[in-house]
Amino acid sequence: MISLAHFIVLGTILFCISVAGIFINRKNVIVLLMAIELMLLAVNMNFVAFSRYLGDPSGQVFVFFILTVAAAESAIGLAILVVLFRNRSTINVAEIDSMKG
Amino acid sequence: MISLTDILTLLPESFLTLAICALLLIDLFLKPAQRSVTHYLAIIVLAVTGWLVLQHFGEPTAFGGMFVRDGIAAVLKVFVLLTTALVFVYARPYLRDRSLFVGEYYVLCLFAVLGMMLLVSAGNLVMIYLGLELLALSSYALVALNRDSPLSSEAAMKYFVLGALASGMLLYGMSMIYGAAGSLDLNTIHAVAATSTQRGLLLFGVVFVVVGIAFKFGAAPFHMWLPDVYQGAPTAVTVFIGSAPKLAAFGMAYRLLESGLDGLGGYWQLMLALLAVLSLAIGNIAAIMQSNLKRMLAYSTISHVGFLFLGLVNGQPEGYAAAMFYAISYALTAAAAFGIILLLSRAGFEAEEISDYKGLGQRAPWYAFLMALIMFSLAGVPPLFGFFGKLLVLKAVAVPGTLWLAVVGAVFAIIGIYYYLRVVKVMYFDEPDGEAVIAGPADAPMRAVLSVNALALLVLGLTWGPLYGWCAQAFGIVR
Repeated sequence: MISLAHFIVLGTILFCISVAGIFINRKNVIVLLMAIELMLLAVNMNFVAFSRYLGDPSGQVFVFFILTVAAAESAIGLAILVVLFRNRSTINVAEIDSMKG
Repeated sequence: MISLTDILTLLPESFLTLAICALLLIDLFLKPAQRSVTHYLAIIVLAVTGWLVLQHFGEPTAFGGMFVRDGIAAVLKVFVLLTTALVFVYARPYLRDRSLFVGEYYVLCLFAVLGMMLLVSAGNLVMIYLGLELLALSSYALVALNRDSPLSSEAAMKYFVLGALASGMLLYGMSMIYGAAGSLDLNTIHAVAATSTQRGLLLFGVVFVVVGIAFKFGAAPFHMWLPDVYQGAPTAVTVFIGSAPKLAAFGMAYRLLESGLDGLGGYWQLMLALLAVLSLAIGNIAAIMQSNLKRMLAYSTISHVGFLFLGLVNGQPEGYAAAMFYAISYALTAAAAFGIILLLSRAGFEAEEISDYKGLGQRAPWYAFLMALIMFSLAGVPPLFGFFGKLLVLKAVAVPGTLWLAVVGAVFAIIGIYYYLRVVKVMYFDEPDGEAVIAGPADAPMRAVLSVNALALLVLGLTWGPLYGWCAQAFGIVR
C-alpha cells in the first residue's frame, strides 16, 4: 500500500535533487532551467498528494496554476538565455561572473 | 458564486488590467516619435487606479476570501502607484537617450504594479503566488530590457535563477502548510496554526516560507542576487525594482506571517530576528567597500531590509505600522536616489561610480543639495524622513525581550552613516576632474518632480505624524 508519506518523501527527494542541481551545477545554464522546472514539479507532487489525502480539490487547482506559471517562467528563462548567449557567446555558469564585490 | 459586488470590490485591479491591455494596443499604432503618448497615458492610468483605490465601495473581501480589501492594502497600493509614477517620470529621459524608450517598459512596469496590488490584497496562498509571479516575471524581463548589454543579460539570468529558486522554496513551504492546515485560505490556516497541537509539518512549511520571503526581500544571507541586479540592470529599471517592490514584499510578509501563521509567531519571529541582524551586518559592512554607487545602494537596501524585519519581529500592530512606515519612507527615498543617478547620466556615461560625483557641489549646487538630503535621509539623520522610520522601528523593538535587537539596529545604523556621508564628502570637498556642468538629457518635468521628491523627504520628516497616523489606523491602532 502506498501511503501519503511515500508521496511526500518522493516530493522531498525531487526537491533536494533540484536544489542540488542549482547549486552544484557549474557547467550549463540550461541544466539550471531544468532544475527549476523539476523543483516546481516536486511541489506539484506534494500538492496533489495532500489534496487526494485531504479530499480537498483546491490543492489540485493550485497545481494547474503552478503548471501555467511554470510554462511562462521557462519561456522568459529561455528568452533571457538567448539574449545572454548572443551577448557573451557562452552559457557556461562559471564564466558568467563579470560582476563581483 | 461570483457576484457583481466581487467585481466591484476588484474595480481598481480590473481597471488597471484593462488599461494595460489597451495601452499595449495603442502603443502598437504609435510612431516612435509619438512614444510620449504612452508615457503620459501610463501616468494617467496610475493616477486613476490610485483614485479608485481610495474610493469606498465594494466589500472588505471578495471571491470567497481570495481577495482582501482593507486599510493595509489601500496604503500600500497608493504608495506603490505613487512610486511607480515617480519612476516613470525619472526614467523617460534616460530611456529616450539610449533608444530604450519603448512601450514594453511601461507595459511591463504596469503588469508588475498589477502583481503588487494583487499580492498585498491576497487572502489565499494561490493569490500570493500568482501576484508574486506576475511581479517577478515582469521584473526579469525588465532587467533584460537592454538586449545588447552583456551586463544586463547576465544580471537578468542571475535574477531569474535565484528568483525562481525563491519561488520554489516558497511554494514548497506552501505545500507543507496546505498539507497541515487542509486549506489554502489564510483565515483557515490562521485558525489551524493557532489551535493545532501537531505542529511539525506546519513548522517545516514556515521555515521554507520565511526563506522564500527573505529571498524576495533580498535579506542576508539570501541577498546574492541583489547587488548584481541593481548594478547590471539599466538604471531606469533599477529605480523601479529598488523602490515599489519593497512595499509589496512587506505586504506579502504581513499576509503570510501575520494573517496566516500568527499562531507560530514565536518561531518565525526568531528567524526574522536572525535574518535582520545578518542583513544589518552584511549590508552595512559590504556597502562601505563599494566604489559603484548603484552597488552601494544595493547593499544599503539589504541593511534597510534588516530594519524593516526588525519591525516585524515583535508581532505587534505598532511594529507592523512602523515597518510599513519604514517601507514607505525607503521606497520614496530610493526612488529619489536613483533619480539623481538618472539625472546625471547620459548616453555613454552612466554616472554610477561614486567618483563621478566629485565636485558636484560646485558643478550643480541644487542637485548636490538634493543628493545630500537623500543621503542624509537614507542614513537616518534627523529631521529627515528616514530618521523617523528608523526611530519608530527601534521604538517598536525596544521592549524587554527584544532590547538587544534595538541595540544592534542602532549600532549598525551608526556604522551605515559612514558610507552615506562619504558620498556627501565626495560631492562637496573633492575637486571635480571632468567637465563643469551637467550635460544630461533630463527634461523639465523630471527636474521639477525630482526636486519635489527630495524636498518631500524633508517636509515629511518634519510632519511625519499624519502619514504614521494613516499606517497606524490601517493596523487598527487607536491613538
